[in-house]
Amino acid sequence: MNTVTLEHISKSYNKGKTLAVRDVSFSVNHGELFGLIGPDGAGKTSIFRILTTLLLPDEGTATVAGYDVVKQYHEIRGAVGYMPGRFSLYQDLSVEENLDFFATLFETTIEKNYEMIRDIYVQLEPFKDRRAGKLSGGMKQKLALCCALIHKPSVLFLDEPTTGVDAVSRKEFWDMLKRLKKQDITILVSTPYMDEAELCDRIALIQDGKILSINTPEGTVRSFKGSLFAVRADAMVKLLNDVRDNPRVHNCFVFGEFFHLSFKDNSLSNESDLIAYLTSKGHRNIELHPVQPSIEDCFIDFLKQEHA
Amino acid sequence: MREAVITTDKLTKKFGTFVAANELTFEIYSGEVFGFLGANGAGKTTAMRMLCGLLKPTSGKAKVAGYDVYNQTEKIKQSIGYMSQKFSLYEDLSAWENIRLYAGIYGLTDQQIEEKGDRLLNDLGMQSEKNTMVSSLPLGWRQKLAFSVAILHDPKIVFLDEPTSGVDPVVRRQFWDLIYAAASRGVTVFLTTHYMDEAEYCNRISIMVDGNIDAFDTPANLKKQFGASSMNEVFYGLARKAKRTGD
Repeated sequence: MNTVTLEHISKSYNKGKTLAVRDVSFSVNHGELFGLIGPDGAGKTSIFRILTTLLLPDEGTATVAGYDVVKQYHEIRGAVGYMPGRFSLYQDLSVEENLDFFATLFETTIEKNYEMIRDIYVQLEPFKDRRAGKLSGGMKQKLALCCALIHKPSVLFLDEPTTGVDAVSRKEFWDMLKRLKKQDITILVSTPYMDEAELCDRIALIQDGKILSINTPEGTVRSFKGSLFAVRADAMVKLLNDVRDNPRVHNCFVFGEFFHLSFKDNSLSNESDLIAYLTSKGHRNIELHPVQPSIEDCFIDFLKQEHA
Repeated sequence: MREAVITTDKLTKKFGTFVAANELTFEIYSGEVFGFLGANGAGKTTAMRMLCGLLKPTSGKAKVAGYDVYNQTEKIKQSIGYMSQKFSLYEDLSAWENIRLYAGIYGLTDQQIEEKGDRLLNDLGMQSEKNTMVSSLPLGWRQKLAFSVAILHDPKIVFLDEPTSGVDPVVRRQFWDLIYAAASRGVTVFLTTHYMDEAEYCNRISIMVDGNIDAFDTPANLKKQFGASSMNEVFYGLARKAKRTGD
């Protein structure tokens, strides 16, 4: 069953000059953890705001939990939880007051739905009398998630919950989402971090308001055309220039402790020739081997296809 | 022996009883790409503000580009460039107006501004955007322009605070091309990032935990030292011990 559907949704700003969302269609299944992956300005927030009825689309139709985002906005607002990218709770209310406020808005109580937030709220409870504005970044994020969940929504929208958050807190947050999934809830999450894509059931890669690909993380990786190699040597900066200068190399870019490169064709001598070439350029301790593409490699590849 | 452009000796900053940065001691060399890592609240911003001459240390010593962080802060400011994701260029000025403004602040002559600014736009392939308002440039172009403007006055050191946050993976890599190009001209690059793959691109990195530098070496040595397969693992192993959390 589809919990969220979008058909040919478009949205522009500045009297049509800025195309934020271009003809976007996809659907999210019940119980799925669906990731919208793309850089700033890709259109992620506009899509989330359309689905949470905070923004009207210019064109297209969309439904959430079976309701139309334009005609049945009232029903949707009761059925979804939304955590915006910017911290939007009341800074001068305490942790508990914020949570109570959101529970009351949705005509429920903390006690009634405590089960939904227990796992996250236990970490906040020692600070329940602290003002929200005085919490650390990680704590604010947890409180915002609790407030988005307290009315037991069937669909949860998380707009860039981990942007600007350090690697440790990011991992903790994703662990929370994994546990949350067991509560029969559909989750849409957006992020600019490609490495988080692998934690989703399915992902949409998005850039300039357009969907580049929709697939499972494994399927996205499998769709990568051609083969990819990793290379390194002692003098990395010189290596980058030398590899790029080699006529057989299609492209080469930094990737963690290696460079990732692809060749223009599938010639069997590519590898040995490149090593000979690099040796003649004076490189030492050259390592070259085939490598499995990551989501980020795929994203780069899709972008290149778009521009070609 | 390479020339050290930043040296610190037990550099410390306390806010009341809170020790934001505790006895930091290190040397950064000319032309080095240095990654200054740490969890949110570990004390990175405090340390960077001291090195930029914006915050007086409580104790300890530090020299940046040969100048003392206690009483030669104006000299330091003239010798460094700075760029962050949050603030870099003025959005309601054009690309060229931003170049002129920054170059002028750093004391370049009109002729220098004309020549260097022109070369900058050529190198970035942005000549056609010369008179475009920065607010209407794509984020990636803005960040590349901001970096180039930050080093237009040929500083010895450029400080980059999360320069690639939120930009697409292609632009992120073009940005690293610019960093390497600057480093190969001898500019020291001192940067913070939340992308652990970028930690691998640095010559050396440090990881701050609760105000202390808990690790300081090349990425390869740190992985060996902590028996980790990636910098992400090294970072996670160190930073999760942190007692402090913050913004």
